[in-house]
Amino acid sequence: MAIRRSIVGIDSPDRLAGALRDAQYLADDGLATAGYLALALGKPLLLEGAPGVGKTEGAKALASSLGRQLLRLQCYEGIDAAHALYEWNYPRQMLAIRQAGEDYVNIYADDFLIARPMLEALRHPSDTVLLIDEIDRADHEFEAFLLEFLSDFSISIPERGTIRAQEHPVVILTSNRTRELHEALRRRCVYHWIDYPDPTREAEIVMMRASQVARDTAWRVVAAVGALRREPLAKAPGVAETVEWAEAATLLHEQGAPWPTAFKRAVGVVLKDQDDLAFIEPRLDRILDESAA
Amino acid sequence: MSAESLPRPIVPFVEFATLLRGEGFAVAPEQTRSFVAAVGLLGPRSMEDVHRAAVATLAPPPERREEFDALFRLLFLGQGLAATAPGAPEEEELEAYDDRDGGLEPPEPEEAEEAGGAPSGAERLFDRRFAELSEAEALRRFRRRAPRALPLRLSRRLGPSKGGRRLDMRRSLRDAVKRDGELLALPALARRRTRRRVLLLIDVSGSMKEQTDGYLRFAHSLSRATDRLEVFTLGTRLTRITRALRRRNPDQALALASTLVADWDGGTRLGDALQAFLAVPRFAGFARGALCVMLSDGLERGDPAAMIDGVERLSRLAWAILWLNPLASGPGYRPETSALAAVLPFVDRLGDGSSAARLCDEVLTFERRAA
Repeated sequence: MAIRRSIVGIDSPDRLAGALRDAQYLADDGLATAGYLALALGKPLLLEGAPGVGKTEGAKALASSLGRQLLRLQCYEGIDAAHALYEWNYPRQMLAIRQAGEDYVNIYADDFLIARPMLEALRHPSDTVLLIDEIDRADHEFEAFLLEFLSDFSISIPERGTIRAQEHPVVILTSNRTRELHEALRRRCVYHWIDYPDPTREAEIVMMRASQVARDTAWRVVAAVGALRREPLAKAPGVAETVEWAEAATLLHEQGAPWPTAFKRAVGVVLKDQDDLAFIEPRLDRILDESAA
Repeated sequence: MSAESLPRPIVPFVEFATLLRGEGFAVAPEQTRSFVAAVGLLGPRSMEDVHRAAVATLAPPPERREEFDALFRLLFLGQGLAATAPGAPEEEELEAYDDRDGGLEPPEPEEAEEAGGAPSGAERLFDRRFAELSEAEALRRFRRRAPRALPLRLSRRLGPSKGGRRLDMRRSLRDAVKRDGELLALPALARRRTRRRVLLLIDVSGSMKEQTDGYLRFAHSLSRATDRLEVFTLGTRLTRITRALRRRNPDQALALASTLVADWDGGTRLGDALQAFLAVPRFAGFARGALCVMLSDGLERGDPAAMIDGVERLSRLAWAILWLNPLASGPGYRPETSALAAVLPFVDRLGDGSSAARLCDEVLTFERRAA
């Protein structure tokens, strides 16, 4: 196991947390530790958690704090190697053959290879961060195929031979846990379960992300969202929704709406499901009152 | 490697991995290695660092996190388990029986099958045999239709297809080469479809007495229709009867299966049996991506928490859960017991399981609800 104590100056979880903060992302100690260990051990980082807790944002922040390009591979049911790895540019190959006429042409040169995120990450491991997003949406077969990639960091292209990464690329996987991931996949990764941030941290996030929001507003929104998350909703509001609610309410307030009304009118940015809205409507006043206290 | 030959500072970390394995956590040697390396990387400045390293590298499933933390405290901080362990200790472990060769021994000897003193389970089976004659016809029809009606899944392999959306450029290119660079047709590709695995869980507790025979016949028909099938019986224990049902002759297959199942018409411990099923990784793997058909009335004596948790975990593994309940014969049936009502959100369809013929219909017409 190749251990790198430091990667672009990040040599402890605290340093990583600081770098992420510079990239506008507040990580708690658990996430900073897991992230640092993943970098140091050269292993993929698997982030699981409810939708909207900031898994994808975390990956983006990590890429920008490392000064690397983020390659995002969005998974979906039916994703296959041609979308994830590489594909030959067949029309171009065909044209090249025609143009060449009697002459020899190498149709397996780089010009004809379309590199997808996974191949791109292998070719430039020190300049990129590979994000494999929502892996739980892909089929089991794709997951099994991913295992091979994540353990060797190599891809074999029949026409070209095996391409191996010079160093272990930084890979982040996220999952909403709509289904159980394979044990073998979890085993190969450094694992972190992201929870909703605690109120203090969430208020900090709101103020950092939305510069116009006053401290009191941020606290009220966070308290109200916390109460909403305890209700049996189909879709609990994520961190992004908290920020949007704070911003929307501030905007309405500046245009002259008094406080509780501004929150109430902006509720559409935080609850986006008709059933949830209908369920919360009669309770919203109470929730807002309590959050003001 | 024995514990003595390890460097002394590492011993507790390796011991922790061993302790976790003993409690049913899946911990690979590779993870133990990462754990040790991670602790070294972090300093460690405090016990908190060791704990974070453990969580990150040993990856406990979120729902077992409390248990994991309790074990951590037990080993590294010397605190007792009794106060912290959330689940009440089980008075007796449910055992899993597997009919595979070399697995656990079946509870009753197999040679009893043809000898005079047939085991009681088989006897009862044969007595009930003629209860429903039209059932044979339903099952025969089922066998004929099932191969086309059972759910499919997309395979990773591509195959030629007329309606495929992707061009088969490889073949086009080859054809073109044969014809001196001229393209005459554009062959297409699509992903092939293969049969989805079916997992059949049969409740054989006392309250299901009337149904078990029909259910087993249905299981046998299903195993004739698809080779991607796993069958288990759940009662006071868990028994895998897949292999027994492979016999061609239904009577032989059923007799063999009934010698394996030792808990006919016993008490109901559905939750524990489900937990036992999920605790064996090889068994739980059968559920992955499968159509899970549960034949049970969902009557659970005692605390239903284990059953609810089991069904929830199963729903995350399986492609879909089809729950067929013998009590759900009317169209307006609503689950009455709180346990069954609680598992309903995890079940894709709660259907009628009152006879083998109804089972056939339900399975043939099942379509997964949109997620």
